[in-house]
Amino acid sequence: MQIFKTGTKIDFMGKRKLALVFSLAILLVAMGSLLSRGLNLGIDFTGGTLVEVGYEQDADIPAIRQVLEQGGFGDSSVQQFGTARDVLIRLPQSEQSSAKLSNEVFGLLAKAVDDKVELRRVEFVGPQVGDELTEDGALAVLVALMAILVYVALRFEWKFAVGSVVALVHDVLFTVGLFSLLQIEFDLPVLAAVLAVIGYSLNDTIVVFDRVRENFRKMRKGTPEEIINISLNHTLSRTLVTSLTTVLVLLALFFLGGEIIHGFALALLVGVLIGTYSSIYVASTSVLMLGVSKADLMPVQKEGVADDRP
Amino acid sequence: MINQYPIWKNLLVAFVLLVGTLFALPNIYSQDPVVEVTGTRGAEAGASLQADVSAALDKAGIPVKRSELEEGKLRVRFSSPEAQLRAQEVVAKALPPEFTHALTLSPDVPAWLDGVGGQPMNLGLDLRGGIHVLIDVDMDAALQKAAQLQVSNIRTFLRGEKIRYVTVKADGMGVEVRFKDAALRDKAQELTAEEFRALNFSAREEGGNFFFRAAISDAEQRVLRKQALAQNITTLRNRVNALGVAEPIIQQQGDRRIVVELPGVQDPGKVKDLLSATATLEYRLVVGDMQAAMEAERTGRVPPGARLYRERNGQPILLKRQFIVTGDQMTSASSGFDQQSGSPMVSVRLDGKGGKRMRNVTTENVGKPMAVVFKEKRTIGRDENGKEIKKWVEEVINVATIREPFGRSFQTTGLDSPAEAHQLALLLKAGALAAPIEIVEERTIGPSLGQDNIDQGFMSVLVGLALVMVFMVVYYRVFGIVANIALITNLLLIVAVLSILQATLTLPGIAGIVLTVGMAVDANVLIFERIREELRIGSTPQASIHAGYAKAFSTILDANVTTFIAAVVLFSIGSGPVRGFAVTLAIGILSSMFTAIVGTRAVINLVYGAKNIKKLAI
Repeated sequence: MQIFKTGTKIDFMGKRKLALVFSLAILLVAMGSLLSRGLNLGIDFTGGTLVEVGYEQDADIPAIRQVLEQGGFGDSSVQQFGTARDVLIRLPQSEQSSAKLSNEVFGLLAKAVDDKVELRRVEFVGPQVGDELTEDGALAVLVALMAILVYVALRFEWKFAVGSVVALVHDVLFTVGLFSLLQIEFDLPVLAAVLAVIGYSLNDTIVVFDRVRENFRKMRKGTPEEIINISLNHTLSRTLVTSLTTVLVLLALFFLGGEIIHGFALALLVGVLIGTYSSIYVASTSVLMLGVSKADLMPVQKEGVADDRP
Repeated sequence: MINQYPIWKNLLVAFVLLVGTLFALPNIYSQDPVVEVTGTRGAEAGASLQADVSAALDKAGIPVKRSELEEGKLRVRFSSPEAQLRAQEVVAKALPPEFTHALTLSPDVPAWLDGVGGQPMNLGLDLRGGIHVLIDVDMDAALQKAAQLQVSNIRTFLRGEKIRYVTVKADGMGVEVRFKDAALRDKAQELTAEEFRALNFSAREEGGNFFFRAAISDAEQRVLRKQALAQNITTLRNRVNALGVAEPIIQQQGDRRIVVELPGVQDPGKVKDLLSATATLEYRLVVGDMQAAMEAERTGRVPPGARLYRERNGQPILLKRQFIVTGDQMTSASSGFDQQSGSPMVSVRLDGKGGKRMRNVTTENVGKPMAVVFKEKRTIGRDENGKEIKKWVEEVINVATIREPFGRSFQTTGLDSPAEAHQLALLLKAGALAAPIEIVEERTIGPSLGQDNIDQGFMSVLVGLALVMVFMVVYYRVFGIVANIALITNLLLIVAVLSILQATLTLPGIAGIVLTVGMAVDANVLIFERIREELRIGSTPQASIHAGYAKAFSTILDANVTTFIAAVVLFSIGSGPVRGFAVTLAIGILSSMFTAIVGTRAVINLVYGAKNIKKLAI
């Protein structure tokens, strides 16, 4: 089976203005949301206490709220988590927050309700740890981008390095922006997913660039725009197939992986889709706009010996 | 001959497959609930202990799956967790005091597999349930304590040298000594500096007073910090061991944090209390009688060398400032009940120095009363920065007349409850914390959630894998089947490598595996698309296969190196769960490169190589 029976001839670069407008528009929305609403940061970053309990029957949320209120935890949020029997209680970051709070909360619930209650999960993050994590997380994204910039500049050329990093920033901003826009909780696994998106999106971009480089060297005729177009068409089938297989497993993870992994799977799903788009439109467009030419890629350096390959 | 692997490459693939299967194999064996018996202080479990334990379990009617002796440890396996729990009590009673026991899980790996070093992956706390805490050590307090110690050292030294000082005071990370005149100060500074080489000295004059300051040097501070952290780790380890948790992890993280991970713990509240508890005993001589104490309380005038304490019933009592011995000098402690009164008691044993001092003091003071002070650090509130304010609470739990001199071992009664006695004995045995600690992060996963996470993780891997495999067969036919073989081999290799490294599999780790499954086929997609392109421009099938692999190689390499960079960055900044994800991602990238490039090529070569082929099923 093949999606495209013969080589496609889609004029990707011809529509780059449209893509540019589209990308700028979504980035503006993402930036706007990030600046105005910010991220709904999980306790990994803000610090605080979270208690997940499981009941044998469907949980009575108002009753739980009342018990907590009487116990002096009126400002905690109580919500269902995954199933009707599981309840997630978040205690806001306060002066009192310490590792002992979770004991008190669970103690209250265990005493108050006839139905058997089971402690499923406790997470407590002290304020200083949360602050450190926020710094480390932002640092990690920056370090990853820098390392990739250097690698691509060494393996290809600086215009490609800039192009790939522009695409990565685009993808990261979009993914994080979506989390901000929809106010989905941004926790540690989601940060990990964003970093994985960087890896994945880059993977896609590199494959396209590789072909662009190859075609620049091979084809004697053609403008840079035409060559990039041809390269995109050459790799189109692969780009779509790989995105599809990755999306398939991510869907499995999203629907079957359980509540804790939800945000993680969502971030990756969004990232993979936008990464596929950006490897075609953002990365290649950037390279074209930076004025890539044949001369940039001509240094005659043999890429290994064919027999050496598996 | 095109598209044929040399024998060594085929052998390599076969070898990797064999080793991968071998080391992945232990993961399919079930985990048995186990009661593990370990000797303390050099005692080793032997055949006689094994026989005793077996007999006791037999008598209680608890079926044992198997019991085995290994490296001085006795492991008794059971078929169900219920049997394990019941057996725990029986074993506890049957054990001599020099042995401790713990509940754990142990894979039932056959001896031959165990012999070649086959061990299953470790499951992370999010999969098996347990508690993870991150502990911050208050280094400033440790340094101040060290400065406080130097105050008395310098004071004693100056007295010994007969130098008249005005005051010796702790001042932040150092000691400040005040003198009446400069000459005296200079002389004192010179002598002290010679004696205390680890301190940095500086002189100062203010309002006709002459000071020298002895600050703890930076190098010394580093040493002190290191020591404080090391002692806290030892103490925490002792406390955790007393809980009877199997396979605890207690390790340093950064330069002032300690991670404690306890798998399978059911009661996080108790664990947290025990970890951060600070309680000790002090033995002091009583000064004056009850009248004098009441008088001192009323007037606020305490006789020199004495301090006002309170008994548990609120009664004031005067004790000597100088203690006889304190918890630091105790080498062992155990709780129990007093034979005569039946009240809870703690019996303690002192080290050589403490024992000698106790004998001297009790010999000189026969017939006089001695008090036992129970000191406990309690949280009394929080300051404006949200930091806990802790205060030592001191209570006199027991006043008794010294009937005859005693030395290293003795008993103390007067505790509120057996639980308090038990906790105190545990803390005394574990040793004191060198610096106060605070729990700054906790993650507890209940056992049922852990099992849910395993089930859901396993399910999503299976379903994701199935979807991808179906797609590959439909889209690439024979080549798709080959890619699927590579995909399964890839999973096998990831599991094998995780087992060999004894890495910990976490839920994000499973997510990493799922992601790898999606991305691992990428290399094959790249190769297969290239082969199709070659066929389209009219190359022969054999040449197309060859060119497809050759041309796709550098692309695959570039793409994977960059993803690998992201994984390495993730690993270096991440904490526990994120690291698990990074590890599986990195291993997945490496193993998928091997299976997707070398592995599939070997199979393709076997199927198509060196044959006259008209058409490829791709």
